[in-house]
Amino acid sequence: MIRAEWTKLRTVRGWVAAMAGALLLIVVLATAPGAGGTCDARCALPTGPEGQEVTDSFRFVHRTLTGDGTITARITSFTGTRDAGPDANDPVLVPWAKAGLIVKDGTTPGSPYAAVMLTGAHGVRMQYDYVHDVAGPAGRTGSDGRAAAQWLRLTRTGTTVTAAASPDGTHWTTVGRATPDLPQQVEIGLFATSPQYSEVSTEVFGVTGASGGPSTATAAFDQVRLGGTTATEWRSQQLGGPSSTPETNGPDAAAPVTDGPGPPLPDTGSAEDGGVFTLTGNGDVAPAVSGANGLGFSVTQTLAGTFAGLILVVVVGAMFMTAEYRRGLLGVTVAASPRRGRVLLAKAVVIGGVTAVTGAVAAAIALPLGSRVMRANGLYLNAVSTGTEVRIVLGTAALLASCAVFALAIGTVLRRGAVALTVVLGLTVLPYLLAVSVLPAGVADAVLTVTPAAAFAVQQSAVEYAMVDNLYLPNTGYFPLPPAGGLAVLLGWTAVAFAAALVLLRRRDVR
Amino acid sequence: MRDALRGEWTKLRTSPGTPWAVLAVALSTAAVSALAVTTVRCPCATDTMTLTLVGVQLGQAVAAVFAVGVLGGEYGTGMITVTFAATPRRLTVLAAKAVLVAALVAASGAVGVGAAWASGHAALDEDFAVRPVAGSVLYLVLVALLGLGAAAVTRGSAAAVGVVLGLLYVGPIVGGVLTDPDWRRHFRQVSPADAGLAVQSTLDLDHLPIQPWQGLGVLALWAAAGLAAGAVALARRDA
Repeated sequence: MIRAEWTKLRTVRGWVAAMAGALLLIVVLATAPGAGGTCDARCALPTGPEGQEVTDSFRFVHRTLTGDGTITARITSFTGTRDAGPDANDPVLVPWAKAGLIVKDGTTPGSPYAAVMLTGAHGVRMQYDYVHDVAGPAGRTGSDGRAAAQWLRLTRTGTTVTAAASPDGTHWTTVGRATPDLPQQVEIGLFATSPQYSEVSTEVFGVTGASGGPSTATAAFDQVRLGGTTATEWRSQQLGGPSSTPETNGPDAAAPVTDGPGPPLPDTGSAEDGGVFTLTGNGDVAPAVSGANGLGFSVTQTLAGTFAGLILVVVVGAMFMTAEYRRGLLGVTVAASPRRGRVLLAKAVVIGGVTAVTGAVAAAIALPLGSRVMRANGLYLNAVSTGTEVRIVLGTAALLASCAVFALAIGTVLRRGAVALTVVLGLTVLPYLLAVSVLPAGVADAVLTVTPAAAFAVQQSAVEYAMVDNLYLPNTGYFPLPPAGGLAVLLGWTAVAFAAALVLLRRRDVR
Repeated sequence: MRDALRGEWTKLRTSPGTPWAVLAVALSTAAVSALAVTTVRCPCATDTMTLTLVGVQLGQAVAAVFAVGVLGGEYGTGMITVTFAATPRRLTVLAAKAVLVAALVAASGAVGVGAAWASGHAALDEDFAVRPVAGSVLYLVLVALLGLGAAAVTRGSAAAVGVVLGLLYVGPIVGGVLTDPDWRRHFRQVSPADAGLAVQSTLDLDHLPIQPWQGLGVLALWAAAGLAAGAVALARRDA
């Protein structure tokens, strides 16, 4: 039975050409994104201890600590500004602005650390090694509406770092414990930083406007006490900025950052006056994300050809059954094999198998080829793990195969190729196109959760982090469902269509 | 030609699907546009005329499928041999079908686009402008003619629908993926959907990849090329 269906598929020149065309389109369009960039090896982002690309940029006032030790301080004021966009110079603290205590393995961006901090809108938190985030007590506001004084303590004993917070300096609550990979000699001290912010400014059917830009935060620390074997001198620097030369801290002047190759950053610096340290910093200590706030392109763009290949695959899938209706061949097929369920199943196996193989080969060629072309042309690609790449390739193959079977089933139900095609494309390609171009974010997410287009989530290579502010929208590559979930939605639609096709094929006449 | 026109019109008006298709073009255009203008919260920074006429993005698919079916459906039923027996001059057949498809889509498109503009006028106080509204009706007609040509080339409905919908919908997706701004601009000048829909823009004309009427001209070239290819295919190949 399967051999019969396979013979039918491979002897129609047009269908074989269409499958080959799908493979070709996916591979050729993989090279489409690669044009015009200026990055080379120096563009690489630092990598954290757990392998992700990270942003590690903050104002650091620190001493060297050998062995066990502790630092306690009180934050008496925490303010910030947005540095660009329509709200430039507004005195607003962005939600993930951070100021607090940190213990870090040296001053190389990307090295392990543990920190306890007060944030702009998320209270006291402990964060370590870039991707771990533990919530502590909520930030308190004083009578004037601004943040009330907050005591923080960071203690390192052996391999464990403990973070604690207190409202008054006497009653301490532990925020969390961590075991980052720190050597004997570490840098311990105060830090302040404020990340890129982004927000949706207009959200109408037709465009989602976003504004955003860098921001700066200023924090004042007093009652700073250190325990353990520390160096005697404080040093101050802006880590990870265009200029990261360490400077010794003086009693008064702030140390401005010299302009590097990027756009001029607002002045960051630190000052100490009678035991009160004032730090101004910008940047972030978090995983690097792609998109509106992020840097680099994602490898998912190399698979833009999937849509073109999908159309060809869906055409073949629908015609595989509707051609039999059109030519009256179905009568012969059913006479040769009276069990109609098996006919449909054999067709599904053949078309699904051929499409899966075609899709896997195409994606396996397109992904590395497209990545190489993009890098050779100077575009910075966010690194993805091999596991993610394998998931993208296999997921694309599964996506195409399932869409082909879906088209076969809809073709059986509707018996007319053109209408079946319009329905299938309207459910798979059109929702994605609308979601990335004209729909508002909430509607776009809903559409990409419910329709079979949700399956394109298998191609998502960007990771969403709750601790990084970004516009996590479909048009920057963030899908609402996880890859397996999206594929499951498509498989669900396919299963329902297949069941309907089975019932109708058995019941109806062969015309 | 007159006999061919009469024959084609008889086929169209006695086919049960034709009134539904004509209605669907108007309805889909008007419905999507009405949905857009009623869910928007203005003052809008964007081009409200483009927003009002966004229904054309769905109406174009319905028009294309209708036009493909007018010719492709004859291949499916074997009617095409009868048609060519009655009218041996095949190009006359194609021309007659093109004229009637254009007339029907123009009429249906005018109703749909008119209703879309009316909803925009009611909800957003959108003024009438000839170019976007008339241009959108012409856009639907040109897409339908492209579909007719594709059906003649592929001698069937399904593949032609795939080709036309692929051109219209995958074009913008691929255009969005291109990273080089020059390539992106050139691609959008050439892609039928992107270029053709430029006729709807009223704001920020300097930053469009192609000027409005030129964009519609590009789509007209695509439609002409499709019909030409269809004519060649009809004249040379077996039915």
